[in-house]
Amino acid sequence: MLEFLIEHTWLQALIKMALLILAFVMPLASLSTWAERRQSAMMQDRLGPNRAELRLGSIELRLWGILHFVADALKMVFKEDVVPARANRFLFGLAPILAIAPVIITFAIIPFGSDLCVGHAFEVLRDPASMCTSTIPLQVARIDQGFLFYFALASLAVYGTTLAGWASYNKWSLLGGLRASSQMMSYEVTMGLSLMGAFLIYGTLEPHAMVLAQGPTPSSWGIVTQPLAFFIFLTAAIAETKRAPFDLPEGEPEIIGYFVEYSGMRFGIFFLAEFVETIFLAAVVTTVFLGGWQVPWLYPDGFHLMGWTLELPHLAVVLIQLVVWSLKIIVLCWLQLLIRWTLPRFRPDQLMRLGWKQLLPASLINIVVTAGVVLARSGGR
Amino acid sequence: MSHPSPPHQPTQIVFGMPTPAEVVAGTALELRSQPVPPPGWTPPWTREEDEEEEEELELPTEPMTVNMGPSHPAMHGTVRIVLTVEGETVRAADVQVGYLHRCFEKEAEAATWTQIFPYTDRLNYVSPLLNNVGYALAVEKLLGITDRIPERAQYIRVIVGEMSRITDHLTCLGASAAEVGALTVFFWMIKAREWLWELIEELTGARLTNSYVRIGGVAADLTPDFAPRLRDLIRRVRQTLGEVESLLVKNRIFRDRMDGVACFSPQEAVAWGWTGPCLRSTGVPYDVRKDHPYLVYDRFDFDVPVGSRGDNYDRFAVRMEEMRQSMRILEQAIEQIPPGPVQIDDPRISLPPKREVYNTIEGMINHFKLIVDGIKVPAGEVYSYTEGGNGELGFYIVSDGTGRPYKCRVRPPSFILMQSLHKLIVGGGIADVIPTFGMINMIGGECDR
Amino acid sequence: MTVDYAPTLVALLFGLGFSCLFMALAVLFGPKRGGETKLSPFECGSDPIGSPRVRFSVKFYQVAILFLIFDIEAAFLYPWASQFRRLSCIGPMAGLSCLGTVTLFGFVEMLVFLGTLGVALAYVWRKRAIGWG
Repeated sequence: MLEFLIEHTWLQALIKMALLILAFVMPLASLSTWAERRQSAMMQDRLGPNRAELRLGSIELRLWGILHFVADALKMVFKEDVVPARANRFLFGLAPILAIAPVIITFAIIPFGSDLCVGHAFEVLRDPASMCTSTIPLQVARIDQGFLFYFALASLAVYGTTLAGWASYNKWSLLGGLRASSQMMSYEVTMGLSLMGAFLIYGTLEPHAMVLAQGPTPSSWGIVTQPLAFFIFLTAAIAETKRAPFDLPEGEPEIIGYFVEYSGMRFGIFFLAEFVETIFLAAVVTTVFLGGWQVPWLYPDGFHLMGWTLELPHLAVVLIQLVVWSLKIIVLCWLQLLIRWTLPRFRPDQLMRLGWKQLLPASLINIVVTAGVVLARSGGR
Repeated sequence: MSHPSPPHQPTQIVFGMPTPAEVVAGTALELRSQPVPPPGWTPPWTREEDEEEEEELELPTEPMTVNMGPSHPAMHGTVRIVLTVEGETVRAADVQVGYLHRCFEKEAEAATWTQIFPYTDRLNYVSPLLNNVGYALAVEKLLGITDRIPERAQYIRVIVGEMSRITDHLTCLGASAAEVGALTVFFWMIKAREWLWELIEELTGARLTNSYVRIGGVAADLTPDFAPRLRDLIRRVRQTLGEVESLLVKNRIFRDRMDGVACFSPQEAVAWGWTGPCLRSTGVPYDVRKDHPYLVYDRFDFDVPVGSRGDNYDRFAVRMEEMRQSMRILEQAIEQIPPGPVQIDDPRISLPPKREVYNTIEGMINHFKLIVDGIKVPAGEVYSYTEGGNGELGFYIVSDGTGRPYKCRVRPPSFILMQSLHKLIVGGGIADVIPTFGMINMIGGECDR
Repeated sequence: MTVDYAPTLVALLFGLGFSCLFMALAVLFGPKRGGETKLSPFECGSDPIGSPRVRFSVKFYQVAILFLIFDIEAAFLYPWASQFRRLSCIGPMAGLSCLGTVTLFGFVEMLVFLGTLGVALAYVWRKRAIGWG
């Protein structure tokens, strides 16, 4: 069975993709819709959703309102599916798919754990290089230009929103679509350039290799070696998710939003796509700046800290890494919610100014400085 | 009134662009004296950056005409603005009001003088008590009993009026903050408004449609623990205002969206008939409470904050500071309030006590006549004006000597402010329309009546 | 080094299939009770004036062109960034560190390139092509 899996990488990839998306991303996205409402309620001194309950005979499950997302999903599925009379039906239907598919696909490059060593699950891996002959990578697609794949697909997401705005045959949504396209394009440049420093330091474009290069010592993680890039990337990437304070394309009190004509699950897809994007952003930040699945001082054979050692079997190490990776992502998602409910919305010209006149020059300077430091450091050896 | 009124010296508080040091120190909103800028002066941040002068080659853009409202999230469901936009820039705007017209003035002609109070509640529905007071003062002026209103009633009117002013400004600023995306601020301010409304509800029996003021006084005396509760409330509202300021005043995004946007000069503002916080934001220190004191406003020590640029931020800051000044008035009023009756002792105006109505024939007939025929107001006309939440709230009433008005006309401040909205939004961005409209604080009930 | 692209294809198909599934849910289960008013464009409750199919402001295209220029230039940086240590080293390398002599070649080349990029940015800045006016 395992041999079959190792040989047929497509089947392996399908299983990993399904597990990653269905068992992690989708539940987390659904939970963040709940968390968003509950957390904003806490920040605003109100209760928030707490009514949805599940009745099993005499047992009533409220679970702090978590079940609201189930009710929401059901409501969206059974809501009327309105396609405006003059809309371009094909593009109107294509837009939501283009909005969510790229994000889901790009999850393929995210490494969520160290390589599984087949056949040594319960042993302590003292020498992984020689002991592991066949491995299962905990990453769907390990391609050497992983980040290029990400940038390429991320720019596709612009089409979703722009087409949604245009195809609706509505002026407000058209304005939203135009805002979305100019915003996402402006920040994509910065996004790519801000990660350049990390590529320089770790010498790779492959996420898994980058995580390995960061190692289990937090002082060599991206957030320490590239602090400026961390803030630039976080800002640009939040702008890319189109959530507050960058929710100009939606900007419901201003231009009502690019998806104003969408209803039911079609709207639900845009809604979900935003949350999936926040998770993906969290995953990329984790990979580049927070050491990915690395756990502080956890090596393949266990913890090593200042002479103190705790040996752990391989499976336990991988499980700890998986859990810590998830925790990092959850914390970053929470951070995004915190930002979202604290800051007011940008104005289009402010947004352009921030993107082109502040973040872009800052990321260019970051590249030059990083290259200089890398050069100086390699000269010292 | 027996008290000599103090010499009128309006103290001005001038807001200007705070220096970066002040922003860092958190004293940006503190009182600073600064001369009002000369006419024609443009703030430096609105001037063009000194870029090279070059003839720009502009490609023609097709303008797009788009309806903003009535059913638009920021238009409160009551305004329609037909915008002509080029890209994100507003080239022309046609502001259309009237979606909430409810025939207030015509309805008033069919009601007795007392029955109009519930209608006035529905004018500016975020500060109904101010409308109550304004209307009562107008009728009292025509009746010629302004000086005979018991002092305690006058103080109570000031107290509920200033509480309403705070709720009005809280709603205006909170809603505008929500519309620029700071939803958290909105809920914090609404929370503070809720505290005020709880106390008002305890006093008047209603949160919104109070109808608490009567001709010749107020409906009921203060509740026993009103003063300590009000003091505690002021403390909490002050704290909330501080929190709100910490989220907005030092926030770069918010400041950039408000500073220098939709500037209006004092000359223009006066020419367009602006009053209230919007007029004061341009630097004109006109406040009816100071310039034409009514009730007992001449006995309180309070300042009139004015802005210096007449932009959205000044309108925001003036309202912020006015809430603080209102709290100062409240504190003084609750200290000074004398004991005594809260209704004028005149059987032609105030209803007899229920005991008399049920037990004496005179009391019953008196009650019946006042309810069915209404208070007889001598024939004549009068214009009375007070400081409402948005500016000068005037009532022009004409009586033909019966128990019902011949004409009851309102001078709604926001209707007059709305006349010049198009001047503020043309040339700006679509995104600027929202805070500008929010800071004008158009209240549908008052504007459309 | 050979790279296995099969997983990438699987991910592509999975993502597309997953999103189509959601669309199918919307189309299959959502009731359809259209009407003239319901299917007309939403413009705040008023009848739309004119068509949304207008030529929109050239400023939006400006942003698109700027994006094209800068993003393509950024694309040139990726290979440079990942090979920077190799470019700065004459001689053998052990992992990420250089065993031979260090050269300024890669650094200077990129300084020139980034300088051009910076000049372009300054030009665009000065021409006020960024933002809305």
